Amino acid sequence: MADPMRIRAQASGDKATVRVLMSHEMETGQRKDASGKLVPAWFITEVSAQHNGKPVMTAQWGPAVSKNPFLQFVVKGAKAGDKISVTWVDNKGDKRTDEATVS
Amino acid sequence: MNTRRKMLSDSARVAAALAAAGWLPNVAFAQSAGVWNKAAFEAKTMAELMKAMGASAPAESKDVTLTAPDIAENGAVVPIGVATTAAGVKRLLVLVEKNPNTLAAYFDVTDAVEANFSTRVKMGQSSDVYAVAITGDGKALFAKKEVKVTLGGCGG
Repeated sequence: MADPMRIRAQASGDKATVRVLMSHEMETGQRKDASGKLVPAWFITEVSAQHNGKPVMTAQWGPAVSKNPFLQFVVKGAKAGDKISVTWVDNKGDKRTDEATVS
Repeated sequence: MNTRRKMLSDSARVAAALAAAGWLPNVAFAQSAGVWNKAAFEAKTMAELMKAMGASAPAESKDVTLTAPDIAENGAVVPIGVATTAAGVKRLLVLVEKNPNTLAAYFDVTDAVEANFSTRVKMGQSSDVYAVAITGDGKALFAKKEVKVTLGGCGG
């Protein structure tokens, strides 16, 4: 299982800015290791976010997203105390969900 | 409902089913929930990509904002922000023209989030970066910016 995500959700007015830092290798499949063999691709393909259990956004990523990806988005109508959860799925089928409370 | 989009997602599902059955050569992606838009992420040019996304040829627009540095010292981590104020935008794309595969990421916008995302991408070399917004009726709007990379992000 992968390391937890760091999620920070901050309310301002009637919306909340969510910043997510995921822990993932994001291997492109184009790099070679020391012995000259291609390192197989390993990257996050799908990211989705939920606000109090309701899906608010989905994203699809390619291998060009940086290692340990950062993502920022703005949820409308979120206020302090609301729950924001973020899920990612990688191309190996591994997945992880973490939750944060809007502050 | 946009029928082209529906058809695309349907065909993606069929392709995923085929991949799962071993009909397509690259079975590595079959396990990834099956909905990853492989055709779009394998597109090498803007035209191929727009075809894969079911959108018309993009037009430059002031309603799309792209935030990126002029010079990125490290191509492995280039902060990119995409935003749009255009109405009816369903999808926001981040493109790096000279990467091996043009599309870096895309975000599906719902009514509950603002069409404003930031992330970090890898860039192999100095290149134009595009933010493309696709509206519900298949129109594509873009903004572009050239980012110079001092150290490529694809070395190894």
